[in-house]
Amino acid sequence: MSSSVSANRLRKQFGDTRALDDVSFDVAAGDLFGFIGPDGGGKTTLFRILVTLLTPDAGDARVLGLDVVRDMWALRQRVGYMPGRFSLYPDLSVEENLRFFASVFGTTPEREYEHIAPIYDQIVPFKDRRAAALSGGMKQKLALCCALVHRPDILFLDEPTTGIDAVSRRELWDLLGRLRERGMAVVVSTPYMDEANRCDRVALIQSGRVIALDAPAAIAASLGRPLLAVRAGARHAALQALRTFPHVHSAFSFGDVHHYTDERLDLTAQTLADELRRHLDAAGLSDAEVTPVTPTVEDVFIERMGSQHFQPPTANSHGRP
Amino acid sequence: MSGPSKSGPTAPAIEAVELTRRFGAFTAVDRITFEVRHGEVFGFLGANGAGKTTAIRMLTGLLTPSGGTARVAGHDVYTEGEAIKRSIGYMSQRFSLYEDLSPRENARLYGGIYDLTTTEIRERTSTLLARLGLEAVASRPVRELPLGWRQKLALSVALLHRPSIVFLDEPTSGVDPVTRRQFWELIYEAAASGTTVLVTTHYMDEAEYCDRLSIMVAGRISAIGTPAELKRQHGVSSIDDLFVRLARPA
Repeated sequence: MSSSVSANRLRKQFGDTRALDDVSFDVAAGDLFGFIGPDGGGKTTLFRILVTLLTPDAGDARVLGLDVVRDMWALRQRVGYMPGRFSLYPDLSVEENLRFFASVFGTTPEREYEHIAPIYDQIVPFKDRRAAALSGGMKQKLALCCALVHRPDILFLDEPTTGIDAVSRRELWDLLGRLRERGMAVVVSTPYMDEANRCDRVALIQSGRVIALDAPAAIAASLGRPLLAVRAGARHAALQALRTFPHVHSAFSFGDVHHYTDERLDLTAQTLADELRRHLDAAGLSDAEVTPVTPTVEDVFIERMGSQHFQPPTANSHGRP
Repeated sequence: MSGPSKSGPTAPAIEAVELTRRFGAFTAVDRITFEVRHGEVFGFLGANGAGKTTAIRMLTGLLTPSGGTARVAGHDVYTEGEAIKRSIGYMSQRFSLYEDLSPRENARLYGGIYDLTTTEIRERTSTLLARLGLEAVASRPVRELPLGWRQKLALSVALLHRPSIVFLDEPTSGVDPVTRRQFWELIYEAAASGTTVLVTTHYMDEAEYCDRLSIMVAGRISAIGTPAELKRQHGVSSIDDLFVRLARPA
C-alpha cells in the first residue's frame, strides 16, 4: 500500500460556510505529513472526517485503505486522534486519564508500556497530578500518550502545538519524528508556518482549499520571485518606504527584517537589491541593508493567500462555523 | 526606584519591584523587577507555567501579590485595583468579544462598562468601524467574522476607552500570516498614539517586533532588553534561539 491517506474532492459545508472546498491529497506511507494554515482554514473539519467523526458532503477518503464512511468501525480501532482542544478529563489524574483511554480499547497502560514509554516517562513524575493542573506542554504529552495507548497504525494530531511555548513545541516535534522513525504514519496540523520544516510533505490550507502541496523545501522554492530582506534602524519608516516603491509586489515584516518582492519578474535579485538600496537611501534610510534571501514556507503562504484577505469582510463573507 | 512623583508623567507605565506571588508552597512569580515605559511595545515572554499569567493578573489588579510592589498607570496594585482596571485595556485569544453580539453592540457594551457617554460611544464606534473597514458587517454577529478580523476588532474595542496601557495575551494565536502582520500594525499605531502595550506571544518572529522584551523562566525574569541587545549579549541569531537556551538550560 503506497498511501496511508488518500482524499478525493472532499467537500463539507456548514450553513453558508464552505469549510472544505474540493480537497484532494495523498499521504505516502511512512510520511510525517503537515497541514499548515490559520484557524478557520478547514484543518479541524478535515481531521474529523479522516478519523470518522464527521461525514463529508461530497467526495471520499480512505485511511489505511479503509473508507472513512463505510469502514468507520474497522478504522476507529486503527487510528489515534489528538483533537485540538484539550481533550482529557481535567479532574482525573495523569494516570487515571491514561488508564481510562486504555480501557476504552480493552487494554491497560501496563500492557502498552513499552509502546508509550518514550513519552510516558516524561510525565511520570506528575502521574498523580490532576490533568487540569499540568502545564501546556505536559498536557500535550499526556494527550499524545492517550492517543497512542491502543497502538494505532496512524496518528492524527490537530494543532498539538497551538498555545504552547517554543521549547515545548520543539520537544513535541522531536517526539513525532521518533514515532515516524518507528514506521507510524503521522498527520499533523499547525498554524505555525516554521513547523512545516519538520514534515516530509505539507499541504498549505486556507479557506477550505489546499493552496500548495509538496515537500517544504519545494514549496519554499516555488515563490517564483526574488526575495529581498531589508534591515534598517528605523523599521517602520523602512516598511513605509518599501510600500511606496513604484514596483512593489509585496512588503511585510518578517522577524527582525522586512521581506520585499518586486512586480517585475525579469530582474535579478542583485539588480533589485541595488535599486531598492538607492530608493531607501533617497528616503533617508542610508543605513538600510538589502540582501537576497531564500524564501520560507510563510512567504509562499502569504503570496498564495491572494489579495482578498487584505480586504475587510462583507456581509456575505463568513468565518468558520 | 524612589522619588515622590511616582504617578507623574515621567513615571513608568508599569513598575514592578520584587513582585512575588506564592500559591501554598509554590512560588509562581519570584521577585520580578522591571519597568515598562510610556508608549513602549513590551513583549512579555516565557514558557508555559513560567508565571506570565500570574504576573499579568497581579498587574491588572485581579490578584493580590504575596510580596513586593508594583504600580500600573501610577496606581498601586494592592490598594488601587479598581483604578488600575479603569486605566487599562485587556484582550486575549480566548476571551475578547461576545460572539453573539455584533461589532456595534460589543463596542456599546464595553463603552458602557467604562462609563463613556452615549455620544462618545457613538462617535468612537463609527471611527473604529470606518478605520477597520467593518461598516458592512457592523450589525452581524461577531462569530461570523473571520478570526483575524475578530482579533483586530477586539483590540480596537479594548482601546475604545483610551486606556493608558493595554494588555494583550496571545492576541494573534492561530491567526493567518497576513492578518497577524496587520494586527501588529494596529499595535504600532496604538503605541504611536501614546498607549503602552504589554503583549505575550508564542510566535518568536513577533518577539522581534517589540521595542523591549523580557523572558520569564520558573517565576523569574531571566533576560530583559531590546531584541538587538539580547541577541548581542547572548551571542544568538534570533529570539527563538535565546528563548530555547534560557527556558531549558542544558
